[in-house]
Amino acid sequence: MASGGFKPKEVAYQAAALAAVLAVVWFFVSNTVANLDARRIASGFGFLQREAGFEIGEKFFLTYGAADTYARALVVGVLNTLGVAIIGIVLATGLGAAVGLSRLSPNFMLRSAAAAYVEFFRNVPLLVQLFFWYALITEGLPGPREALSPLPGVFLSNRGILLPSLEGAPRLEGFNFVGGTAITPEFAALLAGLSVYTAAFIAEIVRAGVLAIERGQWDAAQAMGLTRGESLHFIIVPQALRVVIPPLASQYLNLTKNSSLAVAIGYPDLVSIANTTLNQTGQAIEGIAIIMGVYLTISLSISAFMNWYNARIAFRR
Amino acid sequence: MKKTAILVLALAAFPAYGQSTLDAVKNKGFVQCGVNTGLAGFSQPDSKGVWKGIDVDACRAVAAAVFGDATKVRYTPLTAQQRFTALQSGEVDVLARNTTWTITRDTSLGLNFVGVNYYDGQGFMVPKKLNVKSAKQLNGATICVQPGTTTELNLADYFRANKMSFKPVVIEKLEEVLNAYFAGRCDVFTTDVSGLVSTRASRAPNPADHVILPEVISKEPLGPVVRHGDDRWFDVVKWSLMAMMEAEELGLTSKNIDSQMSSANPSIQRFVGATGDVGKMLALDNKWAYNVVKQVGNYAESFDANLTPLGFERGLNRLWNQGGIIYPMPIR
Repeated sequence: MASGGFKPKEVAYQAAALAAVLAVVWFFVSNTVANLDARRIASGFGFLQREAGFEIGEKFFLTYGAADTYARALVVGVLNTLGVAIIGIVLATGLGAAVGLSRLSPNFMLRSAAAAYVEFFRNVPLLVQLFFWYALITEGLPGPREALSPLPGVFLSNRGILLPSLEGAPRLEGFNFVGGTAITPEFAALLAGLSVYTAAFIAEIVRAGVLAIERGQWDAAQAMGLTRGESLHFIIVPQALRVVIPPLASQYLNLTKNSSLAVAIGYPDLVSIANTTLNQTGQAIEGIAIIMGVYLTISLSISAFMNWYNARIAFRR
Repeated sequence: MKKTAILVLALAAFPAYGQSTLDAVKNKGFVQCGVNTGLAGFSQPDSKGVWKGIDVDACRAVAAAVFGDATKVRYTPLTAQQRFTALQSGEVDVLARNTTWTITRDTSLGLNFVGVNYYDGQGFMVPKKLNVKSAKQLNGATICVQPGTTTELNLADYFRANKMSFKPVVIEKLEEVLNAYFAGRCDVFTTDVSGLVSTRASRAPNPADHVILPEVISKEPLGPVVRHGDDRWFDVVKWSLMAMMEAEELGLTSKNIDSQMSSANPSIQRFVGATGDVGKMLALDNKWAYNVVKQVGNYAESFDANLTPLGFERGLNRLWNQGGIIYPMPIR
């Protein structure tokens, strides 16, 4: 809508609304500060520089020990959340696209299997699915001393999946495997749960996107001699993307936020580490503010990226 | 988590109140007590939904002292994470939830510990088949632990001090962390020894398959907590607890206290309110301590009813004159 010039009444209303919001915010903040002070509860973010003192079971990219600060512990938590979210988004997108396209396949078996997948996984609560994957790994696989070894240097046990790395192959020493790279049961269960669950929703979005393309486009592609696969690749999918991207962005946001269910199965994500921090320092308001701030930042970044991508692939006429 | 958020909001929304907790409790007619969501022997509802345990008895003692009626308690089950916010925001009047007395909690959280109703320490439980005899052999072990307590900190401290490494698996709910341990995801489960004894007896598929290692790696004095800055209420809760211990020392039980009302022992006379005005000093009825013992029992009765059946030893929690460190301050 074009701007309609200066309207004093509208400006006055908006200024009043803004003032009311600010007054409410001020009321809450000043009350909180006064209450904390009256009860002699410590406040502020000074605790971030103190020694954390607890261990973290899993870290991406960053080294961390109990002697490091709370700030570093929280960064480890953020990276753990980002790690599982990014890999989860990639897997969910791939799986979801495959299932979504299968639902449109002329092959009856493939079509039905895809439909069953979608109906099953999107209708069972995610938390239940996480417990299922976690129990499957911890109860279904043998202990480290009886680990399965499907390939030389690869071990499957209830301690996770161990793969050889540049430093050498994993070997059993004392209680656990040492050396190699481990995919822990917590990470594997969380990743499987998030990807499989979100893929069911993405499959429906992909199907809707493809169905939104007019029949004429298929006919035209066929008339030019393209096979079904080629039609999808060159004609249908590029157009479907415009329909698919906005709802896909909300699935990515959902997946990221759902990763906070990690506390239930012991993956040390941001919420898990912030909880421990909050407990050791007793500073609940700061702890929750940090959790909210980080999720808000991650979510807004994903939104911004998806909006940018959506604008880039939009039709230019 | 959601509850914590609500409590944070409560802290933000309500103006500080000036009324003393004792007056507020007397006005509303009951004590609101924060307890564990379910730890056998400390606080757990029985098959009829009645809360039982030594922490529950600490709450009942306060109600008996204030109202002369131990049933005037309402319970708020709290997780480890919710407990301090619930007390700080005024949602509960007393927190009796196997809470360790530490300097951080006593000072920066705005709390006051009234005393210790169970001297505990953190220990390790391992499956017998691992053949581990000492915690010093746990280098490289995977350890299941619950968050929300000092447990994670003590664990890391112990391994650092002994130059050993470990991998923590931190799971929030007791059921889930025990499932992970019993499934073999971890080699070790760690929590307070009382918690190990309690869960081994009540949750292990076969209790004999698990051993508790001899090392106790921390001091965990557990006791009831009140808010900082309300000394009258602090006194009431503190002396309600002391009364149970003092009763054991004086040989008073819920069964014999009526016959001891006319005892010639001056300590007992003061205790039951036959002489002196100890009750008035606390702004309570002079028979406050009598009511505590009559309705709740002395410390030994509470211990024997709640903890002994689960396999707990009195150990450190014997009276000072019987080789323990339970030492009630004199009531005179």
